[in-house]
Amino acid sequence: MIARHISLLFDGFAYGMLLFVLSVGLSVTLGMMNFVNLAHGTFAMIGGYTTVMLMRSAGWPFFATLPVAFVGAAATSLVLERILYRRLYRASDLDQSLLTIGIVFVSIAAAAYVFGTGQQPVQLPAYLRGRVEFGDFSFGIYRMFLVVAALVITGLLVLGLEYTRFGSRVRACVDNQRMARGLGLNVDAVFSITFALGSGLAGLGGALGIEIVGLDPNFAFKYLVYMLIVVAVGGLASIRGAFVTAAMLGIIDIVSKYYVPEIGAFVLYFVMVSFLVWRPAGLFARRS
Amino acid sequence: MTVTTAPALATLNPRELLRAHVKWRHLETLFWLATLLPFLVAPTYLILGSQIAIAALFALSLDLIVGYAGLVSLGHAAFFGFGAYTAGLIAKAGWGEPITGLLAAAFAAMVLGYLTSFIIVRISHFALIMVTLGLCLLLYEVANKAHWLTGGDDGLQGVRMWPLLGMFRFDLYGRTAFAYSLVVLFGSFLILRRLINSPFGLSLRGIRENARRMPAIGSPSSNRIRTVYIISGTFAGIAGGLLAQTTEFVALDALSFQRSAEILVMLVLGGAGRLYGGLVGALIFMVARDQLADMNPQYWYFWLGLLLIAVIIFLPNGILGGCARLLARWRRRA
Repeated sequence: MIARHISLLFDGFAYGMLLFVLSVGLSVTLGMMNFVNLAHGTFAMIGGYTTVMLMRSAGWPFFATLPVAFVGAAATSLVLERILYRRLYRASDLDQSLLTIGIVFVSIAAAAYVFGTGQQPVQLPAYLRGRVEFGDFSFGIYRMFLVVAALVITGLLVLGLEYTRFGSRVRACVDNQRMARGLGLNVDAVFSITFALGSGLAGLGGALGIEIVGLDPNFAFKYLVYMLIVVAVGGLASIRGAFVTAAMLGIIDIVSKYYVPEIGAFVLYFVMVSFLVWRPAGLFARRS
Repeated sequence: MTVTTAPALATLNPRELLRAHVKWRHLETLFWLATLLPFLVAPTYLILGSQIAIAALFALSLDLIVGYAGLVSLGHAAFFGFGAYTAGLIAKAGWGEPITGLLAAAFAAMVLGYLTSFIIVRISHFALIMVTLGLCLLLYEVANKAHWLTGGDDGLQGVRMWPLLGMFRFDLYGRTAFAYSLVVLFGSFLILRRLINSPFGLSLRGIRENARRMPAIGSPSSNRIRTVYIISGTFAGIAGGLLAQTTEFVALDALSFQRSAEILVMLVLGGAGRLYGGLVGALIFMVARDQLADMNPQYWYFWLGLLLIAVIIFLPNGILGGCARLLARWRRRA
């Protein structure tokens, strides 16, 4: 019995790690430019479809598609940033939300047109399938891989932000954009690169997540809410906040759906609203 | 969103300014007379007409907080759906009288607005977007899971309305439904028009332009925001109640995020912060959707998204804002 609880907690944690990879980019870019980007899920979806397409039509192995998913999502986001986002940096929350909702609508329709409305399954390599038994405990291999991947990504992000020159530029832009500009930093360029990296991570998350959450044209909307919860509750531009919140969110979601399916997602939304009312800037906000 | 400042503003005193705003223009009279046209020219489209009127009322209520007070809500469907379920449940329980049912829907939405307004004033920007969205999702989940009460995702069935005023039955062609929706829309419009052109309405615009400065000139921002949020919720509840009564059905969809997003789209399409924006936006949106409904709904979303992007980039103040700019340019040249 205890073993089942532990496995459930682990599943929740693995799910949370997936949510972390999906949303951490949004957290940093939102914190830097205050740009309400509701189209982050679109980039995740692009990553997912890239992987599916490469594996199915070109016969690529799963791991080889992951970098392409990253690059594909990053490149698309860079183009959209140049053409559309850039015009609205100084616009109101409302205009930004609506522009990006428009992008989500278009991407959902386009995905349905190109790939059909059904779920897109992927065939994982044999060594990632199945479960490992440790005595009473049983863990899915893919979920373990997911946790390790997310921890590696977190480590790279923290190291990159804390110890590289680019990382210190990013931190400067988040902390005080005007001052950073005044000191001669090219804030726009820093933002473009960060935005592309964050979207690329979302694309990677989309590819990694196919096995766990599936992939269909509504992905961009369905998981948007989860991403926004991670960002809003964790606090803008806080990697620690996003990590803790994503882990918590994954566990709450899986556990509540398992034990109290009759109230389902209710628990999740309730927790989110209560946290936001308690700490409007998020749990680990870098600035209020 | 920029305020269109009348050039003569400085020379007017506030009382005269408001009085000038309250005065009816010919174009407005013409607009409302034109809403009666469907009875004559399109008697087969009256059901669509009543749905447009309902969407227009919903957009109008959202305009109060988005266009005037400058707060973004991604969860306004919470009030719409709450009103719809209230009106539907009352009728289902055996009291099918439309007008008292509608008042009950309004009251229920008002109570919901009052309760949530305590949360709304505490937060702003991104957190506000998330909390309005979260509250709406919460209600959606409650309605979804409370199958015994709301019918869950089968929708609320068995709503039977009595004849309106004891005389007019809700007919298949939607004559009563359209007339009823239109009268409620017009009545609500009159109230809101008066409200917007009052000192209270001016203080809302002040909050939109600078929420921090308003308390400094003696106008308590958070009180004003709470008041307008409650009023806006009440009218959204009326719109929802109307939909439940005229269709004798409540779908779970009434509380969905899509509903909240669509109504924002209608408002922005028409032009936020100018009363008629929501009405024009709802008209264009609903007619376009009706015409494109034969196509796959997926493609409808494609065009909707493209339209949204185009409006935000090229017409920042919506269609009416674009018209006003064209008109101003034409006048300058003349």
